[in-house]
Amino acid sequence: MTETFYDVLRRQGISRRSFLKFCSLTATSLGLGSAAAPRIAQAMETKPRTPVLWLHGLECTCCTESFIRSAHPLTKDVVLSMLSLDYDDTLMAAAGHQAEEILEEVKRKYKGQYIVAVEGNPPLNEDGMFCIQGGRPFIEKLRETCADAKAIISWGACASYGCVQAAKPNPTRATPVHKVISGKPIINVPGCPPIPEVMTGVVTYMLTFDRIPELDRQGRPKMFYGQRIHDKCYRRGHFDAGQFAEAWDDEGSRKGYCLYKMGCKGPTTYNACSSMRWNGGVSWPVQSGHGCIGCSEDGFWDKGSFYDRVTDINAFGVESNADTVGKVAAGTVGAAIAAHAAVTALARARQKAGETAEEKGEK
Amino acid sequence: MLSQQDMLEAERHGRQVRSIYVYEAPVRLWHWINALCMVVLAVTGYFIGLPLPSVPGEAAENFLMGYIRFAHFAAAYIFAIGLLGRIYWALVGNHHARQIFKLPITNKEWWSEVFFELRWYLFLEKTPKKYVGHNPMAQLMMFFFFTVLAVGMVFTGFALYSEGAGLGTWSDTLFGWVIPALGGSMQVHNLHRLGMWIMMTFAVVHIYAAIREDIMSRQSLISTMVSGWRMFKD
Repeated sequence: MTETFYDVLRRQGISRRSFLKFCSLTATSLGLGSAAAPRIAQAMETKPRTPVLWLHGLECTCCTESFIRSAHPLTKDVVLSMLSLDYDDTLMAAAGHQAEEILEEVKRKYKGQYIVAVEGNPPLNEDGMFCIQGGRPFIEKLRETCADAKAIISWGACASYGCVQAAKPNPTRATPVHKVISGKPIINVPGCPPIPEVMTGVVTYMLTFDRIPELDRQGRPKMFYGQRIHDKCYRRGHFDAGQFAEAWDDEGSRKGYCLYKMGCKGPTTYNACSSMRWNGGVSWPVQSGHGCIGCSEDGFWDKGSFYDRVTDINAFGVESNADTVGKVAAGTVGAAIAAHAAVTALARARQKAGETAEEKGEK
Repeated sequence: MLSQQDMLEAERHGRQVRSIYVYEAPVRLWHWINALCMVVLAVTGYFIGLPLPSVPGEAAENFLMGYIRFAHFAAAYIFAIGLLGRIYWALVGNHHARQIFKLPITNKEWWSEVFFELRWYLFLEKTPKKYVGHNPMAQLMMFFFFTVLAVGMVFTGFALYSEGAGLGTWSDTLFGWVIPALGGSMQVHNLHRLGMWIMMTFAVVHIYAAIREDIMSRQSLISTMVSGWRMFKD
C-alpha cells in the first residue's frame, strides 16, 4: 500500500502533536473553521498521498522561492517532502536522464492520479523553441505531462496570465497554461509570486480533500482571491475618510495615509496580501509604504503606470487615459458648439434684419 | 417611430390645435430625475477617480470619500432603476416613448431626413422641418450616446460595484462577468470613466441643441419636456 501523508510525516520525526497543530492551522487559513481540522487530520492519516509534478516553463523561479519560504515550517515539510520525492527540476536531487525518468515513472504509475503544478508558461512562437528542456520544447513536455493528470495548478502570474514575458509585444508568444491545456481542471494561483501560505494552502486542500477548491470566474480559488487587497487593507480607513498620500515624502505618507492617489492598485487587485501578509506576516507592500502594483491581475504589465490612479487605456489603438481623451473631446465639442452658436446668431441676426427691412418695405 | 408619420401628424394638427401632447408624465419625470442623477454621478465619479485633497484630523472623524461613494452608488441605483422604468414605459407608453430605443435603420426616408437635419445643423438648409418627437438626427445621437452608453455605464458600473459588494451578491451574479470580459478591473474602471466623459460631452451637445432648436426650429423643445406639449409656432 502507498504510504499516507501521516506516514511520511512520522517517518520524518514529526510528532502527532505538531501534526494536529498543522491540521488546525491549515483549516483556519483555508477559512474552513475549527470543525474541519479533524477532517484534515483524518484525510491525511488515511488517504494515499497524491504525487505532485512541478514543471518549470518560462519563469523566474520566484514562485519556488516563495513556496519554500512558507511561514509554517511544518507546511513546508509536508509539501516539500511530497514534492522532492516526485519531480521538481529546481528542487530535486536528481538531474538529467535520472530526473526525466522520474517524470515518466510517475506518469505511468499514477496515471490520472497525480497533480501537475506549472510554474511559468510555454512560449508558442517558433514551435516553442524559446524554452527547451531535455532537448525538447517545453510545450511538448507540458502537454504530455498534463494529459494524464488529475488536475493542474498554474502557479503565479506567468502560468495564470502570462506575466512579463507575455507583456506587449510578447515576442515569444508566451501563453498561459489554461489557453494551451484543455479538458482538465486548472486552478489559477496568480501573483508574482503568489503568497507562500496561499500556495501551500491550495496544495494541502487538494491533497486532503481530494478535490479542487471552489474557483471564481477566472479560475482562482475563492478562499484566497475572493476579495480585493483594498477590501482588507489596514489603510482603508484613510481611504474612506478621504486622507491620501500625495508624494512619497509628504505629511500624508508619514502618517500612513491611503496610497490611492500614488497609483496603488489595491482597489483593482484580487489577492490575500492584506490579510495574510508576507514573510511570515511581517509586512506587505502597502505596509512598507508603496502601493500595490497589481501583480496578481491579468496583464498587469500592460495596464499603464504603477503610479497613476487613472491609467492609460491600451485599447482601440489608443494609448491615453480617460481624462486626457475626455478633456480633449469635451474641449473640442465645446469649441465647436461655441462656433456653431456664433454662426447661428449671426445668420439669425442677418435674417431678422432682412425681415425687418421687408416689413418696412411693405409698409 | 417614423418621421414621415410625425410630419403628417404635425401637418394634420399643426394648423388647428397648434400643439400636441408628446412626452407623457413618466417620461418627463424620468428625464429630469435622470438628468439630476447624471450630474451627481459625473461629479462624484470624477472625485472617486481623482480624490479631493486630504481632509485634516483623524480618520475616524471623517468619512468624505465614503459619502462621495455613497452618493455615487445611490445615484447609480436611481439611474439604473429609472432606466428600467423607462424601458417599461417604452413598452406601454405612447409611440414617442419608444423613439430612443429603436432606430428605423431600414427606412430610407428616415436616413434622408437624418442627412437633412445634418445639413440644417451645418447651415446648408434654410428652413428646419417640424417634428413631434425627436428629429431623426437627434434620435440617432440619443440612441448611441444615451441609450447604448447608459446601458454600458450600468453594466460596467454595477460590475465595479460588485467588487466591493463581494462574491455571490446580486451585482456579482448579474454583472461580475463584465470584469474579466473587458480585460480586468483596472480596464473597467478606465472605460467607465471614459464613458462618463463621452456622456458629459453628449449632454453639452444635447443641451445646446435643445436651446438652439427651441429658438430656431419653429417649435417648442425645452417647455415640452416640462409640460409634455409640443407647441408649433407657425
